[in-house]
Amino acid sequence: MLKRGLFKKPKNVLESSGDSTNKAAPSVPDALFITCKQCKTQIISDDLEKNNYVCPLCTKHFPMPARSRILFMADEGSFVETDAQMISVDLIGFPQYTSKLETAAKTSGENEAVICGIASIGGFPCCIFSMESRFMMGSMGTVVGEKITRLFETAQKRGLPVIGFTLSGGARMQEGILSLMQMAKTSGAVQRHSAQGHLYISVLCDPTAGGVTASFAMESDIALAEPGALICFAGPRVIEQTIRQKLPEGFQSAEFLRERGFIDEVVPRSEQKETLQRLLMLHQRREEYAGN
Amino acid sequence: MQAIDRVLAARANDRPGASQFIHSIFTDFIELHGDRNFADDRAMVTGIAKLRDIPVTIVAIEKGQDTKTRLSTNFGSPHPEGYRKALRQMKLAEKFGRPVITLIDTSGAFCGLGAEERGQGEAIASSLTGMMSLNTPVLALLTGEGGSGGALALAVADEVWMLENAVYSVISPEGCASILWKDASRTEEAARHLKLTAQDLQQLGVIERIISEQNDFEQVFAELQETMYDRIRGLLDLPPGELMENRYQRFRKIGGTPL
Repeated sequence: MLKRGLFKKPKNVLESSGDSTNKAAPSVPDALFITCKQCKTQIISDDLEKNNYVCPLCTKHFPMPARSRILFMADEGSFVETDAQMISVDLIGFPQYTSKLETAAKTSGENEAVICGIASIGGFPCCIFSMESRFMMGSMGTVVGEKITRLFETAQKRGLPVIGFTLSGGARMQEGILSLMQMAKTSGAVQRHSAQGHLYISVLCDPTAGGVTASFAMESDIALAEPGALICFAGPRVIEQTIRQKLPEGFQSAEFLRERGFIDEVVPRSEQKETLQRLLMLHQRREEYAGN
Repeated sequence: MQAIDRVLAARANDRPGASQFIHSIFTDFIELHGDRNFADDRAMVTGIAKLRDIPVTIVAIEKGQDTKTRLSTNFGSPHPEGYRKALRQMKLAEKFGRPVITLIDTSGAFCGLGAEERGQGEAIASSLTGMMSLNTPVLALLTGEGGSGGALALAVADEVWMLENAVYSVISPEGCASILWKDASRTEEAARHLKLTAQDLQQLGVIERIISEQNDFEQVFAELQETMYDRIRGLLDLPPGELMENRYQRFRKIGGTPL
């Protein structure tokens, strides 16, 4: 069945390879039904897109393409992409990596798993990044690390805040230790930006895991999250294997993390732009608000 | 030796653990416990000792020597409170101008309910930014297994050294084989492709020095005392700003020249 086949059912979101959401894309008609994983309603894919990938009935938040997300959040016409042409290469001779990169680029229509740039939100200029689930599950290799590092360096140089939408399965295995090192590299850039007194707000999306959770996703001044997002260091399957029991319902959800004190607020997608705008406004320094 | 042989050597039960390194290289060790927040993680051993005439802070991951101690150290997989304890001691080292030496031997940060609930990701992330901004020399030594983020959390250092048979990887070869190829029997192949041996990592510019294990461990310890002492003295001579700038650039350059 076409409707069911569109979303293969992985046990959890980390098990999906990231390309499953759009696997059927090239050879199927435009209008498709998508079954909401939460309320089981069938939604027309165009309607889902128009509703910014949120189920109109139960408000389940589906993954949003990285570029659509930036265009949705930023003021119209304000986004200028940086390092758009940077692409990954097989640095350590890992089997099938090159072909995986090609497939990911085709599936996502993007050059890498993160899009970076400068934009304004509600008139406030900022640096912004957004991660792409359809590019190898948003995994962080050297290019993702380099792009994010450069963005924080640019933000520091220009005295701008950074708004970052994180969505990633973690470090990219196919680049071995070099991926792991990107955790330290991006952390260094975040730390330097912060030490200069600049604001960094992360918005943790579904899923944010592994080396991304354990680096720049959790290093923000303010951490927001999308409703229902899976946010973890170790994924649910790994934990279930370790402790040999099922995890309780809602464990590692955005709401759970807020309850445990690791997230400042859970903000629905429809309210994110307004929230970000207000936070940017509230972080104005005296020379900024007194000058107006 | 194949990559998988190094993995097995790094995990061998008779390999010296943190306490042996501490007591063989340093003197006057005083262990200091607890993260002042939740608990004392026995997987993370922290304290102050002397490296010849230099007082240093030691942060080490301990796997344990026998079943009983391994249970108490959770087989060397720290919880968030372990990383918070480590960071607390490193901040104290900075306050008192002591260099920090970390000894790393872990299959990874613990993957369990409590660890997730108490913010394993946040604890590691804080360690990364905390070490990056530490205004005192930091030297990291991988003595056995360097398992992913749980190892990196103690390896944001001015120099990272490895014992000849230590390994350092983004994921275990078993994990890599089962996730990528859904085939645990391809562990050996995964070990080879991950480039996790000391030699591979030196070629990739990820570590500065390999400590030979050709002789017995008594000699390894003696060599470590000698070389660590020299290096720490050199790092202490650097102006603080330069030390932190060099540390930032050390990581900044990895993967920084896209082709």
